[in-house]
Amino acid sequence: MTTLLEPALATGSLLRLATAGSVDDGKSTLVGRLLHDLRVVMPDQLAAVERVSRERGLAAPDLALLTDGLRAEREQGITIDVAYRYFATPKRRFILADTPGHVQYTRNMVTGASTAQLAVILVDARHGVVEQTRRHAAVAALLRVPQIVLLVNKMDLVGFDKNVYAEISADFERYLERLGVDDPVSIPISALRGDNVVEPSAAMDWYQGPTLLRHLEEVPPAPDPAEQRARFPVQYVIRVGEHDYRGYAGQLVSGVLRPGDDVVVLPSNRRSTIAGIDIAGRPVNEAFAPQSVTLRLADDLDVARGELIATAGSAPEPTRELTATVCHLAERTLRAGDRVLLRHTTRTVQAIVTELVHTLDVTTLETGAGPEALHVNDIARIRLRTAEPIAADDYAVNRHTGSFVLIDPSIGDTLTAGLIGGRP
Amino acid sequence: MSTLTRPHELSHLGVLEAEAVHIFREAVAEFERPVLLFSGGKDSIVMLHLASRAFAPAPIPFPVLHVDTGHNFPEVLTYRDLAVKRAGVRLLVAGVQQYIDEGRLHERADGTRNPLQTVPLLDAIRDNRFDVVFGGGRRDEEKARAKERVFSLRDEFGQWDPRRQRPELWSLYNGRHRPGEHVRVFPLSNWTELDVWQYIDQEPIILPSIYFAHRREVFRRGGMWLAPGAWGGPRDGEPVEIRSVRYRTVGDMSCTGAVDSTARTVPEVIAEIAASTLTERGASRADDRMSEAAMEDRKREGYF
Ligand SMILES: Nc1nc2c(ncn2[C@@H]2O[C@H](COP(=O)(O)OP(=O)(O)OP(=O)(O)O)[C@@H](O)[C@H]2O)c(=O)[nH]1
Repeated sequence: MTTLLEPALATGSLLRLATAGSVDDGKSTLVGRLLHDLRVVMPDQLAAVERVSRERGLAAPDLALLTDGLRAEREQGITIDVAYRYFATPKRRFILADTPGHVQYTRNMVTGASTAQLAVILVDARHGVVEQTRRHAAVAALLRVPQIVLLVNKMDLVGFDKNVYAEISADFERYLERLGVDDPVSIPISALRGDNVVEPSAAMDWYQGPTLLRHLEEVPPAPDPAEQRARFPVQYVIRVGEHDYRGYAGQLVSGVLRPGDDVVVLPSNRRSTIAGIDIAGRPVNEAFAPQSVTLRLADDLDVARGELIATAGSAPEPTRELTATVCHLAERTLRAGDRVLLRHTTRTVQAIVTELVHTLDVTTLETGAGPEALHVNDIARIRLRTAEPIAADDYAVNRHTGSFVLIDPSIGDTLTAGLIGGRP
Repeated sequence: MSTLTRPHELSHLGVLEAEAVHIFREAVAEFERPVLLFSGGKDSIVMLHLASRAFAPAPIPFPVLHVDTGHNFPEVLTYRDLAVKRAGVRLLVAGVQQYIDEGRLHERADGTRNPLQTVPLLDAIRDNRFDVVFGGGRRDEEKARAKERVFSLRDEFGQWDPRRQRPELWSLYNGRHRPGEHVRVFPLSNWTELDVWQYIDQEPIILPSIYFAHRREVFRRGGMWLAPGAWGGPRDGEPVEIRSVRYRTVGDMSCTGAVDSTARTVPEVIAEIAASTLTERGASRADDRMSEAAMEDRKREGYF
C-alpha cells in the first residue's frame, strides 16, 4: 500500500503521456479513476462531484466529472482543447495530455502527442477496434510517440471475457504492424470499477500482465541521451561586459556535450571547440538532454539565435528544400504558392509552399491525389522552399530538430505542424 | 530518496527546471519589453529564482511588477523589497489603494480587493508598453487552467479569447501579437504545488515567514481563518482567537485564509500538504469560491 507521503518526498523521473479514445469509450472516467485512486483528488473536490452526481440523479459518483472542464465547452460548441493533468507515485511524476476524441479533433491529438513519450488509446470492449481507434493509433505512430498502450475498456460489460480481449488486442496489433510499430501493450480494464487501472483485477485472473499504472511506472522514460547525436539550438546570447563573457544559452534537445568537444555551427558551417559549459552561471563537466545550459566556444564566432550547434562529424546538411508530412491545424486553408513563416527550433524563416503532394487517409493508410488546399485536420505530404537554409534532421531521428510549425505572416496564427522527411 | 536509474537521467524537478528556463529565454529572445509579476508569494519567488538561473552570470534582463491591493501582509512587503534588492531587479508597484483614493475604483461590499487588481495591472502593462508578462500560474491549480497555454495571447483589454489561443506543439511557442496586445507567459505551467515546494527545499530559496507555522490572532469567516487588520475584519460576532497557523498562498488579507499547522520547515510543510484534505485554492482563497466559473470569468477579464 502506497502512503500519501511517499510521492511527496521522492524524486523520480517524469513521464509525459497522451490519452485518446472515441466519445463514450470512457476516457474521462479513466482519467477520473486514476486521479481518484492516486488521491490526487482531494475530499473537497470529491464532495463536489458527489453533490453534482446526486443532483443529476446518479446512483454512484460520476468520476468523469473530475475532468469536466472540457465537456461544458463541448456543449457550448467552443474550442475543444488539450487539457493537462498531473499525478504522481513514489517512482514517477506524470503529465497527462487529455485530448478529446472526435473525428475532427485530429489536431488536438497531434498537439498532445507531440510531447508525449507514451500514448494510451481506449476502445470499448463491446465495439473493438473502430475507425477512430485506427486514426488515433496512426497519429501516435506518425508523431513517433515511443510507446503505445491499448486499453480494452468496459470489460465488465462483456463478462470479463478473455476471448473478447484477445481478439481485440490481436486486431490492434495487426494494424500497428502496418504502421511500423512493434510490440504494443494491451491491457483489459474497467475504468468504471477500477479493474487493472491502479489495482489488479480480481475478475480477470486470466490476465497476467501489469496494471496500467505499473506499466506507466516501468516503461523507459525517454531515449538515453548517450545514444543520441548532440543538437543544441541557440536561444539567446548572454553577454557580460564587452569581452568578459559570451555564452550561448539554449536547451540541449538531444545527446551529450562536454568541454573539449569539436562542434559545428549551422547553417553557417563554422567550426569551433566547446571551451566550457555553464548551468546557472557555474561550470559543469558535461551537459545532457534535456538540460538548459550555456555553452562557451573557444573561437570568437558571434553565433546568433536560430543557429544550431552540433557535434562535428554528425551534423545535418543545411537545406532550403523540405519535404514533410504535415497536419493542418487552422480554419484558414493552406495552398501551393502560399507564403508563410516557418518556425524550426529557435529559427524563424520565410517559406513558400511549393507543392501539395498528396493527402494521407490515416484510417486506411491510403494516399489521395494532390489536393487543391489543406483544410483543418488534414494530414498530407507537402514541399516547401525556405528563404534561408535550415539545419534539420529527419523527424524519425529527432523529434526536435525534425519538426516545425507554419505561421500566418499577417495575423501570426499557427497554421500547420510539420514532420520533416520520412516516407514519400 | 531517488528512483532514477540511468546516469543521464534528469529528475522530474530537473526536467521542469530545464523547461522553465527554456521558456524564460524564449520569451526574452522573442519580445522587447518583458515584465515579471511578483507578489512575494511562493510561485513568484520560484519564478524569480528560475529567471536568475536562466540568465546568469548576467543580471535578470527585466523588471518585476507588484500589484499591491493595499491589504497585503506586512511580512510579505518587507520580504518583497529584500528579494528584489538581492536579485538586482527594478520593482514597479501598481497600487489598488491609489485607484480607490482617486475614485477610479470602488471598494466592494465584501471588502475583497483581489478582483480590483485587474485595472491597475492592465494600466501598468499599457503605460510601460510591456509586451510579455510572466505569471506564476500552474495548470494544476484549477480546472479552468488545465488547458491554458504556456504562451497565452491577450487582447488590448487583457482578455483571453479561447478561439485565439494557439496550439502548442513540441517546444515551439508562438508569441506573435498585434500592437497593443500582449502575451502572458507561464514558466511554471507544468509544475504542481508539491513540485514547487520540493524545488524550494532543493534550492537555496527563502520564503516569507507567513508560509510557516506561527501564532497569530485569527477569526473564522466563510470556513477560513482570516487575520484581523486595517482591511476591516473582524465584524461583530466574529470572535478573535490565537492559533498556530500558516498560509498556503499569500494575497489580499481580506480573502487569504490561514490553515491550522505546526509545520515550521519546508519538509514539514511538504509532509502536511501531502497529507492534507483540501486543495490549495479550496483552503485559502475565498474569492475562488464565489462561483464555480469564477476563474474562467476573471481570466476573460484579464486577471492573472
Ligand atoms: N460499464 C462500464 N461503463 C463505463 C466504463 N468506463 C466508462 N463507462 C461509462 O461510459 C460512458 C462514457 O464514459 P466517459 O468517461 O464519459 O467517456 P468519454 O466520452 O470517452 O469521455 P470524454 O470524451 O473525455 O468526455 C459513461 O456513462 C461511463 O460511466 C467501464 O469500464 N464500464
